[in-house]
Amino acid sequence: MSEMNTASSLSSAKDNSPKDNSHWATAKKYWYLVTFIAPAALLATALLAAITGQGGWLWGFTAIFFVIIPIVDTIVGEDPYNPSKEEEVELSSNDNYYKNILYLATATQWAGLITMTYVVTQYSWAWYDILGAVLSVGALHAIGLTISHELGHKVRDKHQTLAAKICSACSGYAHFNIEHNKGHHKHVATPEDPASSRMGESLYKFALRELPGAAHRGWKLEADRLKRLNKSFFSKDNELLQTLAITFVAYGLMTAAFGWMALPFLLLTAAYGWFQLTMANYIEHYGLLRQKSEDGRYERCQPKHSWNNNFKATNLITLHLQRHSDHHAHPTRAYQILRDYPEAPQLPHGYPAMMALAMVPPLWRLVMDHRVVKWANGNMSLVNMDPASKNKLFNKYHNPQVATS
Amino acid sequence: MSKYQCPDCGYVYDETQGCEEEGYAPGTEWEDIPDDFPCPECFVRDKPDFVEINE
Repeated sequence: MSEMNTASSLSSAKDNSPKDNSHWATAKKYWYLVTFIAPAALLATALLAAITGQGGWLWGFTAIFFVIIPIVDTIVGEDPYNPSKEEEVELSSNDNYYKNILYLATATQWAGLITMTYVVTQYSWAWYDILGAVLSVGALHAIGLTISHELGHKVRDKHQTLAAKICSACSGYAHFNIEHNKGHHKHVATPEDPASSRMGESLYKFALRELPGAAHRGWKLEADRLKRLNKSFFSKDNELLQTLAITFVAYGLMTAAFGWMALPFLLLTAAYGWFQLTMANYIEHYGLLRQKSEDGRYERCQPKHSWNNNFKATNLITLHLQRHSDHHAHPTRAYQILRDYPEAPQLPHGYPAMMALAMVPPLWRLVMDHRVVKWANGNMSLVNMDPASKNKLFNKYHNPQVATS
Repeated sequence: MSKYQCPDCGYVYDETQGCEEEGYAPGTEWEDIPDDFPCPECFVRDKPDFVEINE
């Protein structure tokens, strides 16, 4: 870990208070295992459906994700702990333990998908039961892509890079890791980034821009890299094709084993899994904008350019993905040493609840628009806005008195 | 042959080694690297942000 990336940011990260958090700091290492609740719950509900014949169980994980987890989040509250510099060294030296969690999570991700595919195809279910299964697997894909995201940032570690491909392949999201690292992180919180949502843009309008935009950018980035290497796009070194190959083989094997019905089910779950990731992208940078410097380059990404959430339960499940402000300011920091920034813009709830809110655009706007205005101190020219809503938003929210005070 | 370091994550571009996975062969001088070259580890700093290391 470079010393240089901590000097400017640690000063503004929340002070750790060892006396208050010493027990939690020690126990937290094992509390990360909470992330396995997601695949375990999916497996349990799939098996319960098979044993009882009650199709309602196939909706189980969807309910857990969007209802139970937000309730637990509310009850448990925030995580007060930020590691000190000495603790960071200790946490980093234990890196193998934290990596093994990611590897095991990758395996359980596939176990969940295979089990649910088996249960859906080998028993008779009504269409609405199968819909529940699709949504439940899609929610698990969201957790899986969180795992893949963490692995994919470790570009110097061949094992983690391979695991990232295997994990992304579960939902067939071949371009995710390349596009996320080289595209989204480079251009985050700018109008040019298809994966940064704009104020006034609904989740559904964003999806129509983000899904094709991110796919195009991911494949192009890899094509450009291969071109620099004087290699064919169809070379075995194409990392996206490698991931896609894993998906084809795995989905093909499941179709061969479980019958033709497995394929449409797998494709539907993958498509909805992609949409779940779109939801995450939507809530992470809504309306936030980096300014251009005099030299025409965007200012560097700071904690204030990502919405942050410090709820304890969902941060354990998502391995600190919600400490997103620190992650975007310092993308190579491992999940166990990500910090909370109290001055970063805060989402009022964890990701599952905010995703549910995003699905109802008027409610999302009601909760989030005034937060964006507050973030910009009333100066709407500092906000990343949907061009179609720009005039309306300016007239409604721009407050020069606040902006110039 | 010089070395240049990313000010965020600490990645070092060593001219003698280049950055082969990104298509810059060993011996590629820093001045021949394009201006929009992102740090190949964190991707949030570009060539103009890198600092020359004097060892």
